[in-house]
Amino acid sequence: MESLEGKRGYPRIKPPFPAVVGLYGCPTIINNVETLSAVPSIIREGGEAYANRGTPRNGGTRMLCIAGHVNKPGIYEVPLGMNMKKFIYEVAGGIPRGKKLKAVIPGGSSCPLMTADEIDIPMDYDSVAKAGSMLGSGGMVIMDEDTCMVDMARRIMHFYAHESCGWCIPCREGTTWLRKTLERFHAGLGRPEDIDMIAELAKNMLGRTFCPLGDAAAMPTISIMQKWRGEFEEHLKGRCAYKSAEALVGSR
Amino acid sequence: MAEQKLIKLKINEREVQVPQGTLVIEATRRIGTEVPSFCYYPGLSLQAACRMCLVEVEKMPKLQTACTLVASEGMIVRTDTEQVRQARKYMLEFLLTNHPLDCPVCDKGGECELQDMVFRYGADTSRFVEEKIHRPEEKWSELVYYDAPRCILCFRCVRVCDEGMDVKALGVGMRGANSVIIPNRQDHLECEECGMCIDICPVGALTSGTYRYKTRPWEMNYVSTVCTHCSNGCKTTLSVRNHEILRSNNRDLSGINKDFLCVKGRFGFDFTKHAERIKQPMVRKGDKLYPVSWEEAAQTAAAKLKAVYDASGSDAFGFIGSNRTSNEENYLLQRLARATFGTNNVDHHRTADYTGLVTALGHGASDSLLTMEQLYQAKAVLLVGNDPTNQNPLVGWQIRSAIRHFGTKLFVINANEIKLKRKTTQFARVAPDQEAAALRWLAHEEGQLPTELVEQLVQLKAGLEAESDVAVVFGAEISGAAIAQLVAFGSKLPGKTRYMALGDYANSRGAADMGVLPDRLPGYSYVDNAGAREAFERLWGGVIPSKPGQTAPQMIDAAQAGALKALYVVGANPLMHFGTLGLGRGKLELLIVHEMFLTETAKVADIVFPAASAYEKDGTVTNTSGEIQMLHKGAEVMGPRTDFDLLRILSHQLEKLGLGKSFHYKTPAAVFEEIRKAVSGYNVQPAGLLTGGAEPTRVEFARNGHAPYEVPVGLIRSAKDTLFTSGTLGRFCTMMESLPEAKTEP
Repeated sequence: MESLEGKRGYPRIKPPFPAVVGLYGCPTIINNVETLSAVPSIIREGGEAYANRGTPRNGGTRMLCIAGHVNKPGIYEVPLGMNMKKFIYEVAGGIPRGKKLKAVIPGGSSCPLMTADEIDIPMDYDSVAKAGSMLGSGGMVIMDEDTCMVDMARRIMHFYAHESCGWCIPCREGTTWLRKTLERFHAGLGRPEDIDMIAELAKNMLGRTFCPLGDAAAMPTISIMQKWRGEFEEHLKGRCAYKSAEALVGSR
Repeated sequence: MAEQKLIKLKINEREVQVPQGTLVIEATRRIGTEVPSFCYYPGLSLQAACRMCLVEVEKMPKLQTACTLVASEGMIVRTDTEQVRQARKYMLEFLLTNHPLDCPVCDKGGECELQDMVFRYGADTSRFVEEKIHRPEEKWSELVYYDAPRCILCFRCVRVCDEGMDVKALGVGMRGANSVIIPNRQDHLECEECGMCIDICPVGALTSGTYRYKTRPWEMNYVSTVCTHCSNGCKTTLSVRNHEILRSNNRDLSGINKDFLCVKGRFGFDFTKHAERIKQPMVRKGDKLYPVSWEEAAQTAAAKLKAVYDASGSDAFGFIGSNRTSNEENYLLQRLARATFGTNNVDHHRTADYTGLVTALGHGASDSLLTMEQLYQAKAVLLVGNDPTNQNPLVGWQIRSAIRHFGTKLFVINANEIKLKRKTTQFARVAPDQEAAALRWLAHEEGQLPTELVEQLVQLKAGLEAESDVAVVFGAEISGAAIAQLVAFGSKLPGKTRYMALGDYANSRGAADMGVLPDRLPGYSYVDNAGAREAFERLWGGVIPSKPGQTAPQMIDAAQAGALKALYVVGANPLMHFGTLGLGRGKLELLIVHEMFLTETAKVADIVFPAASAYEKDGTVTNTSGEIQMLHKGAEVMGPRTDFDLLRILSHQLEKLGLGKSFHYKTPAAVFEEIRKAVSGYNVQPAGLLTGGAEPTRVEFARNGHAPYEVPVGLIRSAKDTLFTSGTLGRFCTMMESLPEAKTEP
């Protein structure tokens, strides 16, 4: 909205919410393309039929964009509540070259990462939340066993440091600090104390930033530190034994 | 204002009652609890960017920013829990990651908000081992430098420039941790050079061209006094080291101007140490002025004055006072003229018709004079003539603040497209010098005006009639009878209408109030008022003539014609101001000048006394809205003496020669005591003055049979100073003269 008004892209203080005071001070409704894409089928078949596609508490469908180490990456519309493992292996064709699955970002890079053991769950909001993550934007990323999780953390933080608008201190400084530390760590210059510090810095950002971008940067980092701490400790011993995450998500 | 509903909340287990709509951060300050913040700044828009003010609020899952959270009934806030302390500590840790920590060489070291906060709330160790982002320092103008690494991006500077000053010269460039403040001309600033951005900067990111790397804050003394430039009378704090002024800012944000100062108030003090300052008395011998001892100068002055007096009598004398000397000095000068020399030939360069306003208001004067605070609180403002942005910057600031904070409506009658036009509700453009005609139409719907103007005036009038309590502000364009028209119109408006006349210099109002006028005694009594005369004669001795004296232009003409033999000038440059430059001193037998510099008038004088500036003396001044404030001596320059001293010395010399009574005041404060007792409106309580505040005068004027005050054309003249000029004094402000903006029309 700020950009539409010709201003610098900064978040606005809420409340008031856009539906009350939005573009040029007028009430404004902002919808995702995904939301709008549900409209035709609801009009065509009725709300009930649409809702029945999902589970009782999570009606309808979800658009998922699956990428990374899968055989059939792409955009899929699936009923809410579909089993995640089934979706990855049956719908998206599983992991290439018979590799093992290491990690899943279930709904965009802001979500806590899930291990291969955690994905045998229905893909609806409640179940994913129960498993400690979220469906988020539906941008699913699959990582095979060769992927370096330190580099993954670095790559995610690189993205958020680049995206940070600079408005509030914790996000502006926190993402940049973490990016630099993770870069150094992955390059083999990590110190043992860095491991706890990375997790703590992410926690210091969490819940304290102006907009959710700070949380988005913190959550995946915290989950990686919890679930793949071993890989960080391995990095302390020398060179990274895994493949770069750049190959996975593309580089800038 | 409608009765505000009060609500109760609990802060750190203490119950607090605040008006509805109060922000939690303000509520905490009310009970003396500090919630730290960088980006929150009262009066500017909210940011919630620095995240320093995070507090715990019961029933809210996350920490909340106290600067955006509105207090509500029953709210329970905690500002000192482990979670809050931890958040502050790590917020500061984030903030310091790209901060250079160059405190030992930073101008702000010792008075830096970041330093203070880290000291109070920060961590004792640094965990950041990565490379810091560095950018070289940038010079944006002669006065403003930007050091990006020190910047904490609180955006106070951007907001004060945009919202407060309406200049919009600063913005933000880049993003994320690379974000920087950027000036409006890519690599430099072109603006009003007010320096508000420097003062509002909590850290050493924006530094002042005149102050940087000169000293440490703890090496200076701080003296609060009043700016000597325009008539608005901003309080300023002089930062003084070894008697030399190194900086001027309103350090404690108190006084009538709070955070505000313009370029002159902030940077226009270097005249005090200008190389051309006169430091020794000088006496003319032949066609040259020679430095002489104080003794010789004082004796020569007294002897020559006595000689003229004996040869030509009282009416051969003229006295011209100053717009910048103190009330006490002006009071003594007119006492010297009236009581010692027996003449009412005393005047000054009048820049606003204060006499006309007080006369037009009559008995209503005391509560109809608008103060600066009342201007800020006004619901509607009518501005006639003048360009406050340039000529009266604080008035401009008060009007803009009123519009911004309270939605005050601004109505303007002006011959020019002044900058404030963009803030107006209704603007009526008149032909040059036709402001008075517009007022006549408003008061009586008389006169032939262009149709378009009449339409604008109809709307303006309707707009004002819909308001109550209008603040009327007018410039030198309106004088004499036109003020009476304005008051006639204003008194018909609903509610209480208050007025402010806008003059040019720091004590323009005081000079008039103190009776440096040919027809009025101190407090505006007519000189033919026998009772008023007698009261002053009892104080001063001598006999005050009942006939009005000559105005300043008349005195200059009389000097050319030979009727005036001796002219005594204190802190003024009449040969320049009254258009007789080139004619020299005419047929004057004696010209004595108190001056800081060899001005056009001082150059042709017989005796020149080196005078101290307002920053080098104690006393009081009265600003254009009639508010008295105290001057406190900041700088000391070897040589010059205050005009108070000079007049006192002269009075003793004259008494020795049998002319008048010597002045037995030991200090300017003793003169002020007499003024308080003797001058209408000046019997103010000293309590407010002593704490650095302003006290409004309560001038009462009793009509005694005189018609509305008619002013000859050209007597009331504004010098139309800009933000970068200040009469003769401005020519000696080297820093201001060096600004490119000073050379272009605003």
